[in-house]
Amino acid sequence: MTIEPVSDPPSGLSSSMLPADLIASAREALDAHVRHVVNCHFDPEKGTPFWLTYAQKLGFDPRHKINGYNDLRLLGHFQDEWLRGGPIRKWIPKALADQPVYVFETGGSTGLPKSRISIRDFQIDYELFSQHLSTETFPTGSDWLMLGPSGPRRLRLAVEHLAQIRGGICFLVDLDPRWVSKLVKIGKHQEFEAYRDHVVGQALQLLRAHDNIHCLFTTPKLLEALCEKISLNKVGITGIFCGGTEMNAQFHRFAREELVPGIDFVPTYGNTLMGLAYSKPFDSSTGSEDEPADRYSITYYPPYPRAVIELVDPDAPDQAVDYDQTGRVMLTTLTEEFFMPRFLERDEAERARPTEQFPWDGVRDLRLFSELKETVPVGVY
Amino acid sequence: MLHIPLLRAGQPYQSLSTIEVLNSQTGEPMAVMSQANRGLISRDMLSISDHKRVLDQFTVADLIQVSQIAGQHFMQAELPIGQQLQSPNDYIAQLSTSTGVPKTLCRQNMNKIATVLNHVDDVLGGLTRGLDLSILDKGWGQQHGRMLGYLCCADSLGGILPSNSAGVHSLWVPSIALKVPLVLKPGSTEPWSPYRIAQAFIKAGCPPEAFNLYPTSHDGATEILLRTDRSVLYGSESTVAPWRSDPKVQIHGTGWSKILVGEDALTNWEQYLEMMITSVAENSGRSCINTSSIWVPAQGQQIAEAVAGQLSQIQALPLDHPEARLSAFFDPQIAHRLVDMIEGYLKIPGAIDISSQLFEVESVVETDGYTFLMPKVIYCSDPSHPLANTEFLFPFVSVVEAPQSKILNLIGSTLVASVLTEDQVWITDLLHSPDIERLNLGAIPTNHISWDQPHEGNLFDLLYRQRAMQADQRLATA
Repeated sequence: MTIEPVSDPPSGLSSSMLPADLIASAREALDAHVRHVVNCHFDPEKGTPFWLTYAQKLGFDPRHKINGYNDLRLLGHFQDEWLRGGPIRKWIPKALADQPVYVFETGGSTGLPKSRISIRDFQIDYELFSQHLSTETFPTGSDWLMLGPSGPRRLRLAVEHLAQIRGGICFLVDLDPRWVSKLVKIGKHQEFEAYRDHVVGQALQLLRAHDNIHCLFTTPKLLEALCEKISLNKVGITGIFCGGTEMNAQFHRFAREELVPGIDFVPTYGNTLMGLAYSKPFDSSTGSEDEPADRYSITYYPPYPRAVIELVDPDAPDQAVDYDQTGRVMLTTLTEEFFMPRFLERDEAERARPTEQFPWDGVRDLRLFSELKETVPVGVY
Repeated sequence: MLHIPLLRAGQPYQSLSTIEVLNSQTGEPMAVMSQANRGLISRDMLSISDHKRVLDQFTVADLIQVSQIAGQHFMQAELPIGQQLQSPNDYIAQLSTSTGVPKTLCRQNMNKIATVLNHVDDVLGGLTRGLDLSILDKGWGQQHGRMLGYLCCADSLGGILPSNSAGVHSLWVPSIALKVPLVLKPGSTEPWSPYRIAQAFIKAGCPPEAFNLYPTSHDGATEILLRTDRSVLYGSESTVAPWRSDPKVQIHGTGWSKILVGEDALTNWEQYLEMMITSVAENSGRSCINTSSIWVPAQGQQIAEAVAGQLSQIQALPLDHPEARLSAFFDPQIAHRLVDMIEGYLKIPGAIDISSQLFEVESVVETDGYTFLMPKVIYCSDPSHPLANTEFLFPFVSVVEAPQSKILNLIGSTLVASVLTEDQVWITDLLHSPDIERLNLGAIPTNHISWDQPHEGNLFDLLYRQRAMQADQRLATA
């Protein structure tokens, strides 16, 4: 079994094609990819123990019934409880059993953390993402600072891999988001502030000591804290890849106007279960009221066909919402390593139209699902 | 629709994050309010010492005069709010509509704020115990033949403000005369008063840099508390608990204000009935200085029945009715949750709902889109009952029976205690009680404020500290 992506990245599609053709081509590629991934995970010899057990309860062989993305509904909705607790090896495809395996965990804000195995997925995700980064503002050969959560998270290894494939070396400053969440939850605000200062202080040292660091990954809150202490322009940062927690239009505007004006600011949405979404490039052309045309809305496109995001009616999750309407995120991850069909995420957003660059559905102004707002702490770091 | 912007150093800023301010009657939005992201607040705070320097160029006497002019503007002027102008009547109407407080009470609270602005010199006289305020301009000086030095400890005063009653804003307004800029988070249903006060000051000639208004989330509120040198925090027990040990934060939590009746006053308790009613029900019982329990050594049920009888006369009236005394709940769900909680506690032996049982007062009245909680009197024969020492956002009082000798051990934290007794031994005990913040001796309603007395801590003591100071004869007399 190969561990390369099964289809070309979206940028491989011809730009001379009509948008409708682009959309249809992308959809054909998705359906083919679904068949391939289902075949991988449900193959009795090479498949994934969890899915092989699951198939026994289905009464049919998914390899014969699932011919495209729409047929995935035959499998129901993936339940996050399945990822909580062990045995973790039930998720390793037999075909990949001899490969070195990583395990990554989600934040744990909704209970026991979910665990996901990864072999090369996180590297592939970031290799694809790298193709969308500017070589002018994220220059090849320049070094990176990764200022954010590591520990059991995928981010540290992924950002380091991103730096390396772009010819850079990644400096690392760790932040433990679970400790931060705990401090906030119990109201230890001063301790949180001291910890944040401790983390930011280490970043300042690195930025001042290594003048080849031109690229930065960090979270919105850490970016704010860092920019209080230093001008990132002055220390030579040219590109910022920002994510890890919720980001809204106001933060986007604040970052561009006040925190890091003149620096390429790339918002991202990623998580352990999906991979990394691309954000629509910022449209700085002036719209009404002298504001940018897109009013700093952040639109993400999933790494199709490796992941698909549908926005669905929360009360009828088989029903997709219309464009520009609000829906709950339903995420499907489709790789040879990990198969997660139709998982109802804890986020909501507005459905965004395909573009020439991303000829599939996107999501705009992603945020915590409103029904969970009072119970899930987010964005504390 | 009206958009209420942030004020960043006095300059309006429309955020892309907004929340709706809702009409408490219809539930429809009446305005949108910009929300400050946490980083925006912390970034602005990098310049706060510059803003303080701007205020420092004025004398306290100048700023007292500015405050007095601001008081006039607050009462009379059309002042900007977002892209619109707000008349005094607009202010009353908006305040009443979003908070559910009757217009009559809104006007009383408006007058209260204006009174403090107009008499800020008297207020400062009380807070500083008669200090020659020009000493604050220079930092040192002589008064009554003594050398005095004062150091301002704060480049800004933060304020996490409530929505329950506009009168509370009178407590932080002296900060301007004390040369300390403000960094305020208005309550989610009550941006009107802080905004109008700021605009009144700016119109009166106060540097706009003195006003930073950040409607924001809990996260942003935390940033204000962390970044300002001194702050006042209003909130429930769970909100204020993490900050109790922080000396920079002055806590304004639940009041649990009380009337304590001595054995010697029981023979003629009827003469205090009016004072009790005022203490419980004025301002719709929304203030922390409203009485939430009356402690008596005997005759508790009789007193409870008399109080309940009087309170049962209060009606749920439209908010613009000239006789309206009762506020509506801006969120009906909160009202219903409170009733459920009280009814749950009443199942525990030791407490009786006198209002309901004797006067058939309904707990909740829903009329014309408004939800009211009607005044409630509970008689507690058991002083350890959960309803004996609690506080709600409507006229609610427990009459608690306990031996006089035990009352001081039972009352717990008490913002205001009005004590009806002439028993000098008990008065001495009361004077020594660390649980009582403000002590009223005699028939003074708990909610009557003397402006020359500090309230829940002293704003001057929060912002300034006295330093040891010596100067040689030549400098001292220069």
